[in-house]
Amino acid sequence: MNGGNDIAIDVKGLTKSFGGREVVHDLSMQVKRGSIYGFLGPNGSGKTTTIRILCGLLTPDSGEGTCLGYDILKDSEKIKRRVGYMTQRFSLYQDLSVRENLEFVARLYGLADARGAARDMIRRLGLSGREEQLAGELSGGWKQRLALGACTLPNPQLLLLDEPTAGVDPKARRDFWNEIHALAADGLTVLVSTHYMDEAERCHEIAYIAYGHLLARGTVDEVIAKSALATYTVTGELSGLAAELAGKPGVDMVAPFGTSLHVSGRDVAALEASIAPWRDKSGLHWQKSAPSLEDVFIELMGRSRDNFQ
Amino acid sequence: MSTIRSTGPLREIRDRFGFWRRSYAMMAKEFIQLRRDRVSFAMIVAIPVMQLLLFGYAINTTPHHLPTAVLLQEDSDLARSVLKALENTAYFHFIYEVHDVDDFDNLLKSGKVLFGVEIPRGFERAVRRGDKPALLVAADATDPVAASSALGSLGMIVQTALQHDLYIGDPPALPFEIRAHARYNPAAESRLNIVPGLVGTILTMTMLIFTALSVTREIERGTMESLLSMPITPIEVMIGKIVPYILVGFIQAFLIVNIGVFLFGVPVLGNLLLLAVLSTLFIAANLAIGYTFSTIAQNQLQAIQMSFMFFLPSILLSGFMFPFAGMPAWAQYVGECLPLTHYIRIVRAIMLKGATMPNLRFDTLALAALMLVAMTIAVTRFRRTLD
Repeated sequence: MNGGNDIAIDVKGLTKSFGGREVVHDLSMQVKRGSIYGFLGPNGSGKTTTIRILCGLLTPDSGEGTCLGYDILKDSEKIKRRVGYMTQRFSLYQDLSVRENLEFVARLYGLADARGAARDMIRRLGLSGREEQLAGELSGGWKQRLALGACTLPNPQLLLLDEPTAGVDPKARRDFWNEIHALAADGLTVLVSTHYMDEAERCHEIAYIAYGHLLARGTVDEVIAKSALATYTVTGELSGLAAELAGKPGVDMVAPFGTSLHVSGRDVAALEASIAPWRDKSGLHWQKSAPSLEDVFIELMGRSRDNFQ
Repeated sequence: MSTIRSTGPLREIRDRFGFWRRSYAMMAKEFIQLRRDRVSFAMIVAIPVMQLLLFGYAINTTPHHLPTAVLLQEDSDLARSVLKALENTAYFHFIYEVHDVDDFDNLLKSGKVLFGVEIPRGFERAVRRGDKPALLVAADATDPVAASSALGSLGMIVQTALQHDLYIGDPPALPFEIRAHARYNPAAESRLNIVPGLVGTILTMTMLIFTALSVTREIERGTMESLLSMPITPIEVMIGKIVPYILVGFIQAFLIVNIGVFLFGVPVLGNLLLLAVLSTLFIAANLAIGYTFSTIAQNQLQAIQMSFMFFLPSILLSGFMFPFAGMPAWAQYVGECLPLTHYIRIVRAIMLKGATMPNLRFDTLALAALMLVAMTIAVTRFRRTLD
């Protein structure tokens, strides 16, 4: 607990293997209390495994740390009472009604007035009048809102949200993020995994994890700056250009973005030398630009694939 | 300010009744889910009723109007009277009349008839002379159940009929001999045996499957992950999942016993309360075993397969199908490890013999021991983590 009052999650050297395959490798991270921490990375990168270790659902092979000041290896029961975990898959009971699901959660956490707590939450969720509807019959956005309501019901200090917005429409996604920001403003710590770049940019801090390795972390600006990636945006007659540029020395990544092409590389000199022949070509417009978070991640992902696969 | 956040400071978690509160939460949830699952709910009633009627009638009904051939080697009044008397029993239905032994044999062999009645040449004259000739009733022995009740009734009915028809005033001695192989009448005896046994067999089948699916279903539906992330212990989960089905099992037992008493006329000589208490113990033991399978199986299909692996020996080695004392020693040892064996002894003893608790101490203790072993395995096998 020493000095851990403003740190919600503090873990070092977490490693976890399944059947000889290392899913999480030597992962260390710190999450400040009251912050929204984004957890990014491709599918199968170890995000879900890490979240499960944090809430005591998995035991790490090695590593140590605390969650809300409690030892993740020894105090998982205490952690469970103070953490709300929203799984990737909708994990409320589809054949129970909205009210019955919330009452079940309230009773398991020992809330003094389970019925009252469920009733209040239904009102706050905006589900009044639909409390007897089966959870399985709700739309994707409402399911996700109900799941968030269920895990905030016992008033946790930390929320672990595993890809909460997968398959949810943009409007519901935006409402959801507004909710998360409001919860964080109330002092909750939120760790949220996602694929979406726009969501990453809504986090206070992010960590990028691929193939079990944590590759970058910090604020969005820090992660972009640390990548030291030079990016040119090309517009105009692009046909065939991507194929010609790919693989040239210094060109680490060529990615189309709508009507433009992003050409990036870590070695600025080599990149500029390689693209020189096309710079003055008529019909092409080149502009040096700051890399987007997506550029950085795609580049990180490409690099990590070379390193770890 | 978040709209959905629970307001106020972190609510103090009251630990004093936490165990019961969480077990209750689990039970209430299971009850609601059971109620919503209309098919399962219908099965609670349909399985025992259907099984009991099928088993009960298939085994106990005395078959009537069985196809019969007559080998008529003499066309006399007495022969006709005997045949008429046989047909009057309603067991036999004469569909073939042949005069050749080969035709007679072929009819039996081909299965076109289940019985053949042979009236020998010179039958009437031999009877009149007092030679006591033999009247052969050949039965297709491949279906002993069908044959035996008809055969068993032969002697008396034919004798009565003939005395009444032809020998008014004559001495009541059977003027001829009826030769038949099977001579027992199983109807009354086996019905009494089968219904109490069925109480246990049906309960074993339904209880095992109900709980065998309970944990694997949560894993397959993805709800186990969030259940494990909440503060509930393996014992609380087990209690929550077993208790609702004790009530279900109790309803089934009640149905079966009532049908047995009112439809099949099986008596309950012993104490009903004792029967109810020991039935509850047996139900709980089976639920615990099913629940144990559920903690071992990877998916619902495996859980069902495990249940059947357990169910088959239960039927065969418990004394339900074959007399327990007649089994080889190893089979008896296996049988002693099955709850059904002990329950069948208990339920037969209470219903048919009016046994009381002192008679049943061993089997009761055995049931309790089997239940505790299963529960211990289940609680230790229950995975608190997803590792």
